[in-house]
Amino acid sequence: MIFVFALFLLTLLVITAVAIVRTENLFVAVMLTSIYSLLMAANFFILDAADVALTEAAVGAGVTTVIFLSALALTADREKHRAGRRPLILGTVSVLTMLIIYATFEHPRLGDPEAPVHQHVAPWYLEKTPEYIDIPNVVTAVLGSYRGYDTLGEVFVVFAACIGVLFILGVRRGDAATPRRERTAGLRHHLIPQLVGRMLVPFIVLFGLYVQFHGEYGPGGGFQAGAIIATGVILYALLEGEAAALKAIPRSVLLGLVVGGASLYGAVGVTCMVLGGEFLDYSVLSDDAVAGQQLGILVIEAGVGMAVCGALLSIFHAFAARESQA
Amino acid sequence: MIEQALDVLSWILLTVGGACVFIGGLGALRLRSFYARVHAASLTDTTAALLIFPGMMLQSGFTLASLKLLAIMIFLLLTGPTATYAIANAALSSGLKPDAKPMDTDSSESAT
Amino acid sequence: MYIAVSLAILVTMVLALARALIGPTVYDRVLAANVFGTKTVLLLAVIAFLYGRPDFLDLALAYALINMVGVMAVLEFFQNRVKPDAETDRD
Repeated sequence: MIFVFALFLLTLLVITAVAIVRTENLFVAVMLTSIYSLLMAANFFILDAADVALTEAAVGAGVTTVIFLSALALTADREKHRAGRRPLILGTVSVLTMLIIYATFEHPRLGDPEAPVHQHVAPWYLEKTPEYIDIPNVVTAVLGSYRGYDTLGEVFVVFAACIGVLFILGVRRGDAATPRRERTAGLRHHLIPQLVGRMLVPFIVLFGLYVQFHGEYGPGGGFQAGAIIATGVILYALLEGEAAALKAIPRSVLLGLVVGGASLYGAVGVTCMVLGGEFLDYSVLSDDAVAGQQLGILVIEAGVGMAVCGALLSIFHAFAARESQA
Repeated sequence: MIEQALDVLSWILLTVGGACVFIGGLGALRLRSFYARVHAASLTDTTAALLIFPGMMLQSGFTLASLKLLAIMIFLLLTGPTATYAIANAALSSGLKPDAKPMDTDSSESAT
Repeated sequence: MYIAVSLAILVTMVLALARALIGPTVYDRVLAANVFGTKTVLLLAVIAFLYGRPDFLDLALAYALINMVGVMAVLEFFQNRVKPDAETDRD
């Protein structure tokens, strides 16, 4: 059964990817990218990777489409034709494709229990998680505790990406009276989106908080929650205009969220060192080692969620503010 | 006995919902004008949600999963027509005119 | 029975993708993307039941909420554009 699903979805993926590359109209490419993202989320879902599917759906179909459209509003609609060098590019891509296909001949079968990747640490994680950490979602246990350093690096990568975008696009202070105010009035004149959107924004934020705190028991966690809450605020910004959204959550708060989230994660590590353990060894956070691990995971997931939410909203506002000056 | 009745009912709901989904996809592909395609896609979306989710809720009884299915159904019912409004309004305000021609001579297909 | 419904939804996704690839105007492609989104919600919910994992319904719920935001962004994009661009929307 999974074979039939996978066949459908992967074929559609290839067709969509070819269409994205071949089209010249960038808006069409953005819409096809959103479809591509949904196909990937469905793919991850049928492979039983629910956390990754949730992240892909939340980030790829919501926030990324909005940011691409904001970027598209600043640039031209059609791709410019680049001349020359076609045979070289085609040759390089073909050689690389054939190498990659040749490399897949050595792959173990999908889901083979004898594959090397299932022999090393994976059984250890699956066996020891109930004993050391005792949360049902092993993915969060691996992400938060066993591989805590990697996740710390990821949060700082998100932080660096946010800072990079803000450097390029500029942070404008004191935008009190720009003349083109009515262009960014959002969807104020449309009754139905206003009505439905206003009802949905609190639900989206509430669902984001649910996903954040439920990450230990089901699919969820900080990254997904940050993306979902950012989507809720972006919906508000689309409805009421970007200025209203900036008044509700000012830029200083967004930057504070990003910096605070990353620092919170680091602070947990340092606290563990101060309390006598190693960096990011959560067992020392409480008298009971298991409770300490759970507390540590909770706090770092909160840090991750804050950082991701602040970063995505900062990037969105950076694009949208440029648009209103243009 | 009541279980079998519920099973049959949910079979029927799921099958009709699946048929609705397929008809909607067919309409979105084959109809001739953009606004007709919008009609087909949005009506069948909402109807399919109204049929498939109760079919699944009957299968799972009074559990948390049923509540989540109910929530998904309500959100789909709210956001489906709004998205349709957004698409049709974007097209209309950008200048795509609805076809207002008289009926074609071929009477087996509708014009718009 | 879930298998039949999920196959119907997959076939509809193929049809919607065909519309996204063919559609002469850009609005057809936006419509196709929206149809794809709602069908993904249905597919996720049905497959979650098919696999017997009701905890995976959170994904369908998240996606049902997020799908609308993309379409609203498209509406705002078209609203803020200069009007004479209507002719370049066919390609």
